[in-house]
Amino acid sequence: MEKGTQGKSPVLSRGRVIRKAFLKSLPVLAAYEVLGMGFGILMTRNGYGPAWTFLSSLLIYAGSMQFVEADLLVSAASLPAAALMTLMVNARHLFYGISMVGRYRDMGRAKPYLVFGLTDETYSILCRDEDWPGAHKRLYCFFVTLFDQFYWVSGSVLGALLGRVLPFDSKGIEFSMTALFVTVFVEQWLSSPDHRPALTGILASAACLLVFGPSAFLIPAMVLIALLLSLPWLKKRQEERKEDGHA
Amino acid sequence: MPDSFLHGGLLVAVIALVTLALRVLPFLVFGGRRKVPDYILYLGRVLPFAIMGMLIVYCLRNVSFGTVSGFLPEAVSVLLVAGLHVRFRNTLLSILGGTLFYMVLVQLVFV
Repeated sequence: MEKGTQGKSPVLSRGRVIRKAFLKSLPVLAAYEVLGMGFGILMTRNGYGPAWTFLSSLLIYAGSMQFVEADLLVSAASLPAAALMTLMVNARHLFYGISMVGRYRDMGRAKPYLVFGLTDETYSILCRDEDWPGAHKRLYCFFVTLFDQFYWVSGSVLGALLGRVLPFDSKGIEFSMTALFVTVFVEQWLSSPDHRPALTGILASAACLLVFGPSAFLIPAMVLIALLLSLPWLKKRQEERKEDGHA
Repeated sequence: MPDSFLHGGLLVAVIALVTLALRVLPFLVFGGRRKVPDYILYLGRVLPFAIMGMLIVYCLRNVSFGTVSGFLPEAVSVLLVAGLHVRFRNTLLSILGGTLFYMVLVQLVFV
């Protein structure tokens, strides 16, 4: 190819590819350092120190779920309840995976780590494959994923250490979890014209909270949400079948 | 409390394994170019919205309407986060602003 260019993306050296990965990861730097610190402070406040925070961020590496984890730890939740909660909170990762199956097909040795590290934020960078460099795309995806996890682990451990020496009372810091979910909820609300799924989630959960109480409402709420969301799909399929029958 | 630390370790392991399974599963099931069922694709579109609503209710599950301080700090702070986010669309600003405001409320106003 002339002058080593391929379409719009020039062929970059390995060093340049790593630099590009770093630049693309910068928006995540701020988000993960700050949110990670919030998580670390919360863990320390709940009686789980820097080692717990480090291991959680290293092994679980799922932001929203780790805030819930801090809650599950302090309330000594049962293992099945924790598994079910993780299933619901992180179910969206199934869909990130589904959309990356094709793009990660020939990632070789990098693939296991890329699959493990596919968080919301990493997905939001790497799903734009028009940003991928022509050559060394494995290297690019690997370093974006690695930089992002480094930000999350370092931010959360920093928070855990700070949590011990904070010059102010951290009472109320647990609201950061609520604030995180409200922010994502509003962002989703503004970006989608169909508000029925969001309302289903709120109303079904609130109804189950009233009926079953705060310590037992979650599982019925998950079941109810899954049922209610399946109804429109089943109805649509039935109508399609009917139309097929008439045709 | 070694017992509670043991249970904590098991909790971390369970959360890590379920998370990993969710991330690996699509590559195992659909790695061979198998078509993704319509129902799964549909759930992928609608489930994230509903789960976020559920998580907000989960966070607020312990508010009580018996006293003013039992629900007002949460209610005002949630509205502030939502308002900030509608206005500025800046995730960090919304979270930091709402959390600091809530901390001031529960530490200084509704003591």
